[in-house]
Amino acid sequence: MRFYEHEAKSLLKLHGLPVPEGKVAKTDSEVEEISREITGPVVIKSQVLSGGRMKAGGIKFADTPSEAKVAASTILGLQIRGQLPQSLLVERKIATVNEYYLGVTYDAIAKSPIILFSDMGGIDIEEVANTYPQHLARTHLSNIEPFSDYKAKEIISSLGLTGSDLMKLTSILVKLVTLFRRYDLTLAEINPLGKLSTGELVSLDCHVDMEDESTSRQLALLNELSIPATEVRQGRPATDFEVRGMEVDSIDPRGVAGRVVEFDGNIGLVIGAGGGSLTLFDAIRNHGGQAANYCEIGGNPSVRKAYELTKLILNKPGVAKIAVMMNVVSNTRVDIMARGVIKAVVDEGHDPAEKIAIFRIPGSWESEGFKILTKYGVDFVDRSVSLDEAALRAVNKVKAK
Amino acid sequence: MSILIDRDFKFIIQGITGREAVNMTRECLDYGSQVVAGVTPGRKGRDVYGVPVFDTVKQITEQMSVDGSVVTVPAAFAYDAVLEAIDAGIQLIVVVTERIPRADVAQLIELARMRGARIIGPNCLGIISPGKGKMGGIGGTAIDTKKAYASGYVGVMSRSGGMTTEICNTLTAYGLGQSTAISIGGDPIIGSTYAELLPLFEADPETKALVVYSEPGGPMDSQLAEYVKNTNSSLPIVAFMAGRFMDEMPGMRFGHAGTIVEGKRDTAIEKIRLLEEAGIKVAENISEIPNLVKSAIKANRKG
Repeated sequence: MRFYEHEAKSLLKLHGLPVPEGKVAKTDSEVEEISREITGPVVIKSQVLSGGRMKAGGIKFADTPSEAKVAASTILGLQIRGQLPQSLLVERKIATVNEYYLGVTYDAIAKSPIILFSDMGGIDIEEVANTYPQHLARTHLSNIEPFSDYKAKEIISSLGLTGSDLMKLTSILVKLVTLFRRYDLTLAEINPLGKLSTGELVSLDCHVDMEDESTSRQLALLNELSIPATEVRQGRPATDFEVRGMEVDSIDPRGVAGRVVEFDGNIGLVIGAGGGSLTLFDAIRNHGGQAANYCEIGGNPSVRKAYELTKLILNKPGVAKIAVMMNVVSNTRVDIMARGVIKAVVDEGHDPAEKIAIFRIPGSWESEGFKILTKYGVDFVDRSVSLDEAALRAVNKVKAK
Repeated sequence: MSILIDRDFKFIIQGITGREAVNMTRECLDYGSQVVAGVTPGRKGRDVYGVPVFDTVKQITEQMSVDGSVVTVPAAFAYDAVLEAIDAGIQLIVVVTERIPRADVAQLIELARMRGARIIGPNCLGIISPGKGKMGGIGGTAIDTKKAYASGYVGVMSRSGGMTTEICNTLTAYGLGQSTAISIGGDPIIGSTYAELLPLFEADPETKALVVYSEPGGPMDSQLAEYVKNTNSSLPIVAFMAGRFMDEMPGMRFGHAGTIVEGKRDTAIEKIRLLEEAGIKVAENISEIPNLVKSAIKANRKG
């Protein structure tokens, strides 16, 4: 779960990390008011989940409250990678003499957290790694041994820092690592960490990602930050269709039938499992098909979940036919999928033989499943027809319509 | 030959009385695997299809030799169950459970390493050496497993459990059996990556080629490519990359927990480039895999 910048900053502040004076606003008048309270130049920042805000025009500076109001109304209407801002963060504008980068994330090869530190903050860390590797220090953390201040001092001093800079950066890095561990974060990054002319450090921007798997054991923090624990925050907020998909998946704890992603095509996809869905979605696209959605079924879901998921997809505006396809299944049952899908199609007043472009789920309980499909005249294929070919047939049928 | 498991491999199932675990026990027994005991705390003295149930792993290891364990307990109990298996000295631990926080997984893996144990998974369906045994739900019932898997000389590693069966089914249909197929797990941090398992396949005299199923997200493919380049590995490898559409959708998680494009190096296109650069053939679709495997073996023999 990605945090909005203002939430990430609240987290830092809670733990004694320095952040700029600022407030969150929803309207341009609120921005004007906050700007008046701050007295002095401000920065107004669009709160979206994607990066690239500066380039997109989502961050603006203003010298007076009325300028701030104008800037705010522009940003409020500005989409960044398809997202309108959730809110605006208004902060005192800060002049820096130097900028650093501090980050903690996981290294999947070392299978442990890695600390990254650079004395070239403010630019993308991958760019620093590629272009100025001598300005990037990194060190892995043990998952078992304790983390202590000396480790932070080692990495910061390795870039030549000493004196009060070293001591101040160490204190911030130790706190950041503590946050990372305590709250099941997968990314905790301050970039840039600005140094003022007084020598003080301030977190000008930061990114925090909490592991989705851990939100249930981090409810106290999420509540404190007023973050809804069930909200799905990927590269963009979930659409209504996607939220309804999640509701289907939570009907009962048996298996998975959901993880819906909205697209705007005419082929409804009732597909699975994880890898099968990825393979099939690629295949539909390769054959020139336009998918209405992505979804995942797996782990032996109940008839009801298969039914509700099919209904959701079937009723999505623009869906001409549905294609029901999975890789060879081991524990999801073919007969259960057939029953759920057909019942949904019939209940919605369609003829399964016409509405289901193809049914390709071979494997567990297939002979029982194939009997049901035969009864309703559904065009089904067994494992001798590949995922790719099944997708091609579905695309051709929808085109022929 | 095969890797990791063979006919004599004896394993236990932690969480054996759970609904899916009971089915798995039956499937493994029917397939000829040696499931020697199971654990569900508080259920000592019961049995699942004749397999005795104990309260703790140590109760089992004190009285019989155990080569491996399948952990299939709910996520909230998985950390404890894997710790228990490591502590009892079990050498191969297959973690089926999904949704274990990665901090816990990373800690378990580091501890297993210190104790000389290997973890497969989490979020996987297990291991099969066709005709010899299977460890986990991979392939489903014995009848379904026999339809999809046959013994032979192709090794398979896959981030997707379902696609392990799909790919093996395709290989089997083309007369290519498998030495061992491993569902390595779909999580961002897993016990054994492609590059970590590859040396086992290389050392197996029976394995003549390898098929790897992968997805966008994570550095495991570039680790594999690097390993193959640096060691001049001669085992022919054919890869398949699903989820190419994800390249246009950064920050969105699809399929498995580890399947997310966060930067250029996570994209399918970049991974395909790295794999091909290392001499690994990348199939455009699953049906191409058998012929690519056959010609890769042929080319390897000539070389």
